[in-house]
Amino acid sequence: MNSFEYAHPETETEALEFLNEYPEETMILAGGTDALNLIKQEIVQPRRVVDLKRIQSLQGFTREREGLLLGATLTLAEIQEDYAFQQYPALLQVIENIHSLASRSMGTVAGDLCHLPNCWYFRTGYGLLAWRNGESLPEQGRNQYHAILGNTGPAKYVCASRLAPALIAVGASVRVVGPTPIEEKWVPLEKFYRIPKTDLQGTTILNPGQFVTHIRLPNVDETMTFASYEVLPSEGLDWPTATASVSLKWEEDIVQDARIVLGHVAPLPWISMSAARLLIGQRLTEELVAEVAETALTEAVPLSENRYKISQAKAAIKRALLSAIPVSFDIT
Amino acid sequence: MAERKIHWKNSFENKLLGTRVPRVEGVSIATGQAKYTADINHPGTLFARALVSLNAYARIKSVDIEPAKQIPGVKAVKLLKQTGDELLWDGQLIAVVAAERPEFAQDGVRAIKIEYEVLEHFVDAEDLETAQSAGKVNRLRGQEEGEVQRTFLGAEVIHEGYYGLQTVSHACLEPHGAHTEWKGDDQLHVYLSTQNVSGTASQFAVPLGLKTANVTVQCDYLGGGFGSKSSPGEWGLVAAELARETGRPVKFMLDRTTELKTAGIRPSAFCKVRIAADKQGNVTAWEADLWGTTDTEGKTIAATALPYAFDIKNRLTRASGIRINGGPEQPWRAPDAPQACAITQTAMDDLAAKLELDPYQLFLKNLDKTWNPDLYTDQMRIAAELMEWEQNWKPRGTNKQDGAMRRGLGMALHEWTGKAHTASTTIRVHADGTVETFGGSQELGTGTRTVIGITVAETFGIPLDRVKVNIGSSTYPRSERSSRSSTAGGVSGPNRRAALKALWKIFDLVAGHYQVEASRLEAVEGKIRANGQDICTWEEATALIGTMPLEVQGEGPEADGLTGSRVGGVQMADVSVDIETGKVQINRFVAVQDCGLILNRLAAESQVYGGIIMGIASALFEERILDNKTGRFINADLFNYKLPRIGDIGDLKVHLYETEETRKQGVIGLGEPPVISSGAALSNAVANAIGVRVPVLPMTPIRVLNALEGGQS
Repeated sequence: MNSFEYAHPETETEALEFLNEYPEETMILAGGTDALNLIKQEIVQPRRVVDLKRIQSLQGFTREREGLLLGATLTLAEIQEDYAFQQYPALLQVIENIHSLASRSMGTVAGDLCHLPNCWYFRTGYGLLAWRNGESLPEQGRNQYHAILGNTGPAKYVCASRLAPALIAVGASVRVVGPTPIEEKWVPLEKFYRIPKTDLQGTTILNPGQFVTHIRLPNVDETMTFASYEVLPSEGLDWPTATASVSLKWEEDIVQDARIVLGHVAPLPWISMSAARLLIGQRLTEELVAEVAETALTEAVPLSENRYKISQAKAAIKRALLSAIPVSFDIT
Repeated sequence: MAERKIHWKNSFENKLLGTRVPRVEGVSIATGQAKYTADINHPGTLFARALVSLNAYARIKSVDIEPAKQIPGVKAVKLLKQTGDELLWDGQLIAVVAAERPEFAQDGVRAIKIEYEVLEHFVDAEDLETAQSAGKVNRLRGQEEGEVQRTFLGAEVIHEGYYGLQTVSHACLEPHGAHTEWKGDDQLHVYLSTQNVSGTASQFAVPLGLKTANVTVQCDYLGGGFGSKSSPGEWGLVAAELARETGRPVKFMLDRTTELKTAGIRPSAFCKVRIAADKQGNVTAWEADLWGTTDTEGKTIAATALPYAFDIKNRLTRASGIRINGGPEQPWRAPDAPQACAITQTAMDDLAAKLELDPYQLFLKNLDKTWNPDLYTDQMRIAAELMEWEQNWKPRGTNKQDGAMRRGLGMALHEWTGKAHTASTTIRVHADGTVETFGGSQELGTGTRTVIGITVAETFGIPLDRVKVNIGSSTYPRSERSSRSSTAGGVSGPNRRAALKALWKIFDLVAGHYQVEASRLEAVEGKIRANGQDICTWEEATALIGTMPLEVQGEGPEADGLTGSRVGGVQMADVSVDIETGKVQINRFVAVQDCGLILNRLAAESQVYGGIIMGIASALFEERILDNKTGRFINADLFNYKLPRIGDIGDLKVHLYETEETRKQGVIGLGEPPVISSGAALSNAVANAIGVRVPVLPMTPIRVLNALEGGQS
């Protein structure tokens, strides 16, 4: 580990000041469950680390008229513990799947959203996109955990966020501040991610000197249901290989509106619009669900070793949809 | 006790031996008082960190360690490779820096200036054709017996299949490493994470130019070895050199990534198998092309290990080894047997499917080719009862459960020797009734101290806590390394012999003092008795020894029946496979295991549990993934080198197979046998569930789904 400066601001404004002296070389620290490993392994070598944990306005969550306002450093365990989140089962299912008390206790919601890719080339020091001599290492090398969608550009990794698909399905947005204290914007979470073309572009729209302060979850009305399904290779602390989060709006047993978001299959949370459209005006049947899953994966372009993820992603979609059906319905 | 003959008591006479005894050091391990090599820090200890190769194959163009020496806190730097030397795998050690703090040592590593000429690597050991065209294949000794071609020509049924197992690492929880400290300039004391306490001093002395008598090796606790910790390693020797140079103790434990890359692997093995049989499933001939890799040497498992457990008289195995740029092989728990078992018994299971036979029947039919058909018949019957095989087994691919789940049952069987190794012991009985025993054995995590304590306490008829067991030092009477399941027999035999001899001397003293016949005396429940009458307490008896302790030596192994060899076991797995996600879930796993005389029932069961869990790990999760592009061991961390957690293991049922006959065999080692057939049993269960063979272990979701799609393995 290299030496670095450590700052622990107590306000957003202070944080932005610390962040913007040399923004390109400053790293944000929240729960540290991943950031500290990146620093220790020298994958990221910050000159300064700005710790958000002491900023009171970023802690916990508040109830607003239109929903919940989550502070960036709200931990996953805090989400699990509060009844207010029961209306977002898609989110709770994902947190339950993080089979590590330590990660849930220390890990924060904004930290998860900004989690850098787990791509083993990136983690071995080959850079975010892992290009060498005009070739993509993941494309030419070992890619069983890499992207099957959105992978025709140079980025082959998959977005590492566990919560993003569920939060996008719920309709969350994020508040981004910086570089100056007067600059702030609310961004729908689905617009927060990008597929970088170069190593210098990040995995999100955050520019140097900016950070996420809050996440807003809209209220859920009774006509909506949510569910997530993650395909986890093992029961330990493991990353999923394909996930799906869905939200469905119902009138009686007819789907009025639908959203399907896939995780861990693309460099960003992957919204399957065409697949979701098939659901609208329909009753859910096993056949329809299977057709939706097929449609969602028609665009998949597997790499040499990850064709299997198509089957897993389809399973995730089908299972998430079926578990989002209100228990009172009887489907055949 | 009449005759003074070395023997174990009858089982009904035992008070302690054969019962369930928690490990004597359990509390100290759980509370952190037990100090592993990684825990040793003496005043002034320096910490070492290594510069390792980040190329699979390269030559050093230049290397300069001077800048590292200038880093504050760095005390010494040692080069292991020089300019012009070739580096043969990702993670190979190049230089080691010793410093006041690990962070300073890391700064030193970073400061080393090195330039490489990157050479063309080769890392794929599964694709034999490519290896052949790259000139990386060694022809290895094969095996041929009987009338192979003629038997195939006349065969009623021939099955052909492809099977294999990828390379796995030992993944010891405690990495390899040493804490080395000089006393003067000619005496060295080493704390070494080792399964070879008595056999390592000379391995330090020769390369360091020392007298072996001046080297002591100590290992009080060991966090896993599995066969990979029998030598000082480059890390141990360089730590000693750095300690000599600096005049300070030096500790060098490998970091996790380097541990995975450099400290040992189990060879891969791939095999094209043909087996001939009659219509009843009686196997008549075996023909196989075996290949795989160990490391840069380019070997694989021994061709003679195939076919495993079934002595098929007509057999031919051709073998090739592939030289790759991968870290070195070390023996891995039951060397060659898990691979050979998986290759042989999955092929037999496929033959059963081809003949539309229940594999249980096919295995039964072929037991005449095993070393002990009666034993296996009985063990299979017990395992089948525990598994409710008859009710639960269905033909391949027909056991559909809810949704995408498919259930399957599979079985396999194994054999192993487990013969006691060479060892000596010294037992001291003090006048106050306390007892000490000394042996240069090691606590491999398997309860060595406890079985020694049980053996001695049972012999003297005293509580376990009256016996102080001293192991883990090369200054004690020598004990061979723990390998090939040799330790339980190795240490219990000499201790029983020595304890009996000591007891007889005590009986003589009691006989003289209390005017009783020595031949009628027995030691039970803290008393010396004759014909059921108490003569004196244990302490009254030992008081007769006087101030100088009674000391007796024991040796082993001897042909007195205390220890034996050769065991068998049968394992059955019940799995559910999700055919959409490829995930294998273990419902139940049954192991029936023979192990001769049981010293500690709790430890014996734990050995079997541990063996199965390691078997499950390598059958479903563990795999070294070498990247063809960069040549790197791309998953060398414990996130991507997957190990199962408790939720992945399922419900394990261990049945220790014990009869009067097995007890009479004496003590037989149990460390390795249970790990052997788990992979084959699981592979067979998965094939039974999904209707097709997943040819290569580990059966990760990718391989399961590819097999279902009829795609590549």
